[in-house]
Amino acid sequence: MKITKDEVLYVANLARLDVDKVLIDKFAGQIGTILEYVDTLKSVDTQGVTPTSHAIFLTNAFREDDEKQSVDSDSALSNAPEKEDGNFIVPKVINS
Amino acid sequence: MKLYELTIKKAHMLLKKKEISSQELTRAVFDRIDAVEKHVGAYITLDSEMALAQAKIADKEISRGNILPLTGIPLAIKDLICTKGLRTTCASRILENFVPPYDATVVKKLKTQGAVIVGKANMDEFAMGSSNEHSAIKLTHNPWDLTRIPGGSSGGSAAAVAADMCIGSLGSDTGGSIRQPASHCGVVGMKPTYGRVSRFGLVAFASSLDQIGPLTKDVTDCAMLMNVISGYDSADSTSVPEDVPDYTSFLKDDLKGMVVGIPKEYSAAKGLDPDVSDAVKHAVEKIQAMGAGCVEVSLPHTEHAVAAYYVIAPSEASSNLARYDGVKYGYRDKNKKSLMEMYKSTRSRGFGPEVQRRIILGTYSLSAGYYDAYYGKASQVRTLIIEDFKNAFESCDVILSPVAPTPAFKIGEMVDDPLTMYLSDVFTLSANLAGIPGISVPCGFSSKGLPIGLQMMAKHFEEGKLFKVAYNFEQATDFHKKKPNL
Repeated sequence: MKITKDEVLYVANLARLDVDKVLIDKFAGQIGTILEYVDTLKSVDTQGVTPTSHAIFLTNAFREDDEKQSVDSDSALSNAPEKEDGNFIVPKVINS
Repeated sequence: MKLYELTIKKAHMLLKKKEISSQELTRAVFDRIDAVEKHVGAYITLDSEMALAQAKIADKEISRGNILPLTGIPLAIKDLICTKGLRTTCASRILENFVPPYDATVVKKLKTQGAVIVGKANMDEFAMGSSNEHSAIKLTHNPWDLTRIPGGSSGGSAAAVAADMCIGSLGSDTGGSIRQPASHCGVVGMKPTYGRVSRFGLVAFASSLDQIGPLTKDVTDCAMLMNVISGYDSADSTSVPEDVPDYTSFLKDDLKGMVVGIPKEYSAAKGLDPDVSDAVKHAVEKIQAMGAGCVEVSLPHTEHAVAAYYVIAPSEASSNLARYDGVKYGYRDKNKKSLMEMYKSTRSRGFGPEVQRRIILGTYSLSAGYYDAYYGKASQVRTLIIEDFKNAFESCDVILSPVAPTPAFKIGEMVDDPLTMYLSDVFTLSANLAGIPGISVPCGFSSKGLPIGLQMMAKHFEEGKLFKVAYNFEQATDFHKKKPNL
């Protein structure tokens, strides 16, 4: 197999996903098949080829550093699952 | 003719002459939705009250003599383009109740024209899919055959236009997501040059590939929508400060001097349906008969495009989708006590299987030890694909090809076979990798009566040439006038 169950679990953890135990075999199989297909790229000679991360040749998109109206705090918080006094609430991070 | 069957151009002329009002037109569209939406399922959210209020304002402006090309025209918006105060779900559980506090730039532009927003169209979750079967909210059915998929990911936008449940719509295209559903539903769909249309307010999937574009009943309407949504936007640092021509000025009856290119690798593509191959062949002959020259061109790296794309797009997605952490917006699993458990549970419950598959694939491609072999290699192949197009466009103005290798497939047929589904994007995703514009126009029907699209691609910012060839082809055919029986 191209990718093992443990590797999928390891990568899922990096991506902060808790993959369902029932799904894991299916996922490993499907991702393995895709990776095997992607391996066909190895046959392409890319010696000395510059990689492209962006298809339009724009560099340095500058603009004036002007003060502009932005979304106000109430709007920014309007979709928060939990909020209090203008802040986002998260589970406790530091244990005393 | 029923009002809901009107094109943007015809509706605009009737509104201008005050023969109809926007409220009548909008009501007609909602009556049509009442009649056929239960079969098609194109919309996630509809807001008739808001739409009619916008129509009323449009009518008031028109009565004062203030009419712009889209004033009072009812349009559908793909549900990953932010609409202020109107739920925008991305067809995902994780954003099911998300109400954007601002409008995307394209929506702002439509509203400035006085357009009417009918509702938000269904799609594959986070635009990841070619069938709309990955929507976490609902299934959309192809108006031409309700047992088949409408294509994806802008399947709702295409089906809504085909079923006359809006006058035109906006979608987004990352690997064919406008052109492929347009082809499957028998409508016109354009993916503009990367940077032509602002992505501000478009929920990101793969930022170097995503573009917003129109889906319409004909080529003229597509040019009219492009005129409004195109242009530089300082809020999108990848939008390009290039002048926008009047795209309707390219809608002229003359193909003399134009040269179309036929990529030899495309006709050799595996799994090309004979009906699709015949329809495209006839279309090429027709375009030649109208005076265009025709040459064979070569895109030698075509066979590697799908592999390169399915490394690059998931890599970008895995990074973009890191923002869904249950803190700032969207779903949160509130039962988890630690931050890490909350993140993981929120994301695993909030994202559907295809999205999770692509996040894992992308994270793997970017992870230590694999980056050079996967993301690095794919980015180099991307350069070779761009060079292929550069070379091909030295001998032709527009490249012609199929959009999808087959007509719309049956719902459920490929849902558990992601690689086969990915391979069906072979003709469309190269344009995203290269950043060039592409359009799908109806060019025939299969033996089962399913629509088939013809793809045209041009150099960066040469949408005008696409409009010219597409318009001439459309004038000489009547495929775009056929309607599904609903």
